[in-house]
Amino acid sequence: MLRVAQSIPVVVGVVIISFLLTRALPGDPAVYFAGVTADAESIEQTRVAMGLDKPLTQQFFIYVGDLLQGDLGQSLSSGRSVAEDLAKRLPASLELTLTALLLAIAIAVPLGVLAATRPGTWVDHLCRVVVTAGVSLPTFFTGILLIYIFYYLLGVAPSPLGRLDFIYLDPDHVTGFYLIDAALMGDWETWRGAAKQLFLPATTLALFTLAPVARMTRASMLTALSSDFIRTARAVGLSSRTVLFRYAFRNALLPVVTTLGMVFSFALGANVLVEKVFAWPGIGSYAVDALVVSDYAAVQGFVLAMALLFVALNLVIDLLYTAIDPRIGFSSK
Amino acid sequence: MLTVTDLAVAFQTRRGEVDAVRGISFEVSKGEILGIVGESGSGKSVTSYALMRILDAGGTIKAGEATYSGIDLRRSAEVDMRDIRGREISMIFQNPRAALNPIRKVGHQIEDVLRHHARATRYDAREKAIAALEAVKINDAEARYNAYPFELSGGMCQRIVCAIALACDPRLLIADEPTTGLDITTQKAVMDLVRDLIRERDMSSILITHDLGLAAQYCDRILVMKDGVIVEQGDPVQIFSNPHHPYSRKLVDATPRAGESVRSLLPKQERGEELNPKVSDEPLLEVRNLVKTYAGKSGPVHAVKGISFTINQGQCVGLVGESGCGKSTTSEILVRLLDATSGEVIFDGDDIARVPARSFTKDRRRADIQMVFQDATDSLNPRHTARQTIAEPLRRLGGMRGAMLTVRIEELAALVGLPLSLLDRFPHQLSGGQKARVGIARAVALEPKFLILDEPTAALDVSIQAVVLNLLVDLRAKLGLSYLFVSHDLHVVRLLCDHVIVMKDGEIVEQGAAKDVMTNPQSDYTKTLLAAAPKPPERRQVT
Repeated sequence: MLRVAQSIPVVVGVVIISFLLTRALPGDPAVYFAGVTADAESIEQTRVAMGLDKPLTQQFFIYVGDLLQGDLGQSLSSGRSVAEDLAKRLPASLELTLTALLLAIAIAVPLGVLAATRPGTWVDHLCRVVVTAGVSLPTFFTGILLIYIFYYLLGVAPSPLGRLDFIYLDPDHVTGFYLIDAALMGDWETWRGAAKQLFLPATTLALFTLAPVARMTRASMLTALSSDFIRTARAVGLSSRTVLFRYAFRNALLPVVTTLGMVFSFALGANVLVEKVFAWPGIGSYAVDALVVSDYAAVQGFVLAMALLFVALNLVIDLLYTAIDPRIGFSSK
Repeated sequence: MLTVTDLAVAFQTRRGEVDAVRGISFEVSKGEILGIVGESGSGKSVTSYALMRILDAGGTIKAGEATYSGIDLRRSAEVDMRDIRGREISMIFQNPRAALNPIRKVGHQIEDVLRHHARATRYDAREKAIAALEAVKINDAEARYNAYPFELSGGMCQRIVCAIALACDPRLLIADEPTTGLDITTQKAVMDLVRDLIRERDMSSILITHDLGLAAQYCDRILVMKDGVIVEQGDPVQIFSNPHHPYSRKLVDATPRAGESVRSLLPKQERGEELNPKVSDEPLLEVRNLVKTYAGKSGPVHAVKGISFTINQGQCVGLVGESGCGKSTTSEILVRLLDATSGEVIFDGDDIARVPARSFTKDRRRADIQMVFQDATDSLNPRHTARQTIAEPLRRLGGMRGAMLTVRIEELAALVGLPLSLLDRFPHQLSGGQKARVGIARAVALEPKFLILDEPTAALDVSIQAVVLNLLVDLRAKLGLSYLFVSHDLHVVRLLCDHVIVMKDGEIVEQGAAKDVMTNPQSDYTKTLLAAAPKPPERRQVT
């Protein structure tokens, strides 16, 4: 509970900074939205209508007042309320990121563990190659490469346009995650369609996130395996599987979880590029579009949503820490 | 029971193969406690790991045989070894806290072993684990079952390591430095427990230690190892009174014990003339009602509860106590790295406790009070050469530059017996004893009046400890220094100090002339401490 309270100043800070930063952006939204044919007078009218003629502090208090009522404002470019836009696009981004992350964990953690238990063998070298490749290849490049191979050359992947091919109907909105929604409906046809669309972008993102996780798993497993309590466990004859998982792996998990948290936030950032390449209707591409046209409300809404997401993420990671390591819960008391 | 013949162990390193153990032979008979004694790098631990076949990566048994009750330990399949480990041969380790899985309840760790060796089922594991805890005399075993290692004291952790090792009734227990890092009374309690359990269950044991005194007290027979070979073996009394090999003689000499002088720790030919320090009756440092209270999470922690003592000019005062008694806090306040809560520290007539620790670095008396730290390795900057380390105080506080600085550094190196060729080496290129010399040279660089020695030899091998202690004695006489010697080793304090202060729980329980306190202690606590110190057998003939 204390941790939740600790995050309040962070959110307040984010509100202030995102407000100031968007105001500091070059470009005048009034000019943009008044249209190409507008003269000075109609630009001024637009400005008044948007509330941009008022002093900055007043604008800020209006914004905060609206925010407290749960109103994120109207997006000028899409014409809908920002909250509505975010509610539609955030699940798309989360679905992509989480799938990518799960994929990355599923590959990176076993790879790291294997590399650590057999240092100097081919698994270790493979791990090193994958890590180097993952770090050095930019996501937009791997994205385009994957599209080229799987869509253009092999033709096994669907066209990289959005979350679902037009022949399918969107599943009913429950969570906003198409895979979960389709499964809830029992509509496996749509599920397969969504999974196919998701596969390439998720792989792209997974390649990027996999590298730090694999490296950290390997390093922390090596540390754990060389520690004294592993020697104790071996000296009393415990089987190597028990030693590896119950003793070494759980101790190695802590830094891995830390890295996962960091990787998750990188992935949200890297999303923007992947979403652009795959025409994924997520919030990354939404924010970029809004930024280009100085759509203040949309940008602020995006930054706020991200901040809340990070706060929630850190909370989850803290909770995971205490679940893994009894020492941490003890010291915070 | 266990027979080892010509065992050799080598490690593959980047610089080629390194021989750790070079053909040793010994046996352990039923019910015997065998001690393996040697200094760091002698191969004593590696021998035991080789027997258990738990050598670190890169280590292999090169040659020789090891047979335990007819089982070939060198060639048995890994699966069979797993059955032997824990059930037939068990091990306990040094640094018990690290030897336990930090994030698993101790009870579960015992259950893991019990269930692996099919000594317990899911239903009675808990009960048997608690029984194992009770066997090592842990109070309130039920509650301890759910404890994590970090919630327990070092001595308690070592009992749990014992419980794990003994859970499946092995026939042979290998104890690798089981009490290193534990307090002296805890050491005695743990060693007594281990010995009683071994006798009770009619087991055999190998005790690996660097402490000849400890080995002599608890073992039936001792092997002395050096550089991977056994140089001498025999019963403890014989080794102590009449060591044959020059190395075991050196070890015996270096082991501090009652009725010896600090010079006798050195081999005969290296003993120099004893210098007599001048001790005056003038007080150099007076501590009055010193109090230090920390704000702890669960209320204030009273680390030092109003202590008073005096150190005269030229005197060496020993400060003795177990961990948590407040001796480190006291020394840090005296060296002005920490501020006292209240009380006076009168040095040369002024109360230096009034100068905050933060601004004391700029005080003119900074150069007068210096410290030699406990860990010679950790207290040296790894990126500074010995020369730079010694130059630091001379430059900062002495304002020395250029040729004068070089001359002074070389003077100091000669004073502490550090070869000039080593001055440009980094700490990792120096041995433990050489690092200790660098630390001492740094402390005496500015000709302080008062030196605080915080367990300066705790991390050193005994033969090096002997050399360093003698160096300290010589320096005191030559430079007219006064020492506050903080230590847990009563024998060392007895050798070095004129006056002894015994602390417990932030209070002084006893103080007086070293001879009186050591031979005729008044307080119960001092008596306990003295009783707990390992007692090497008396030498029959003086060599």
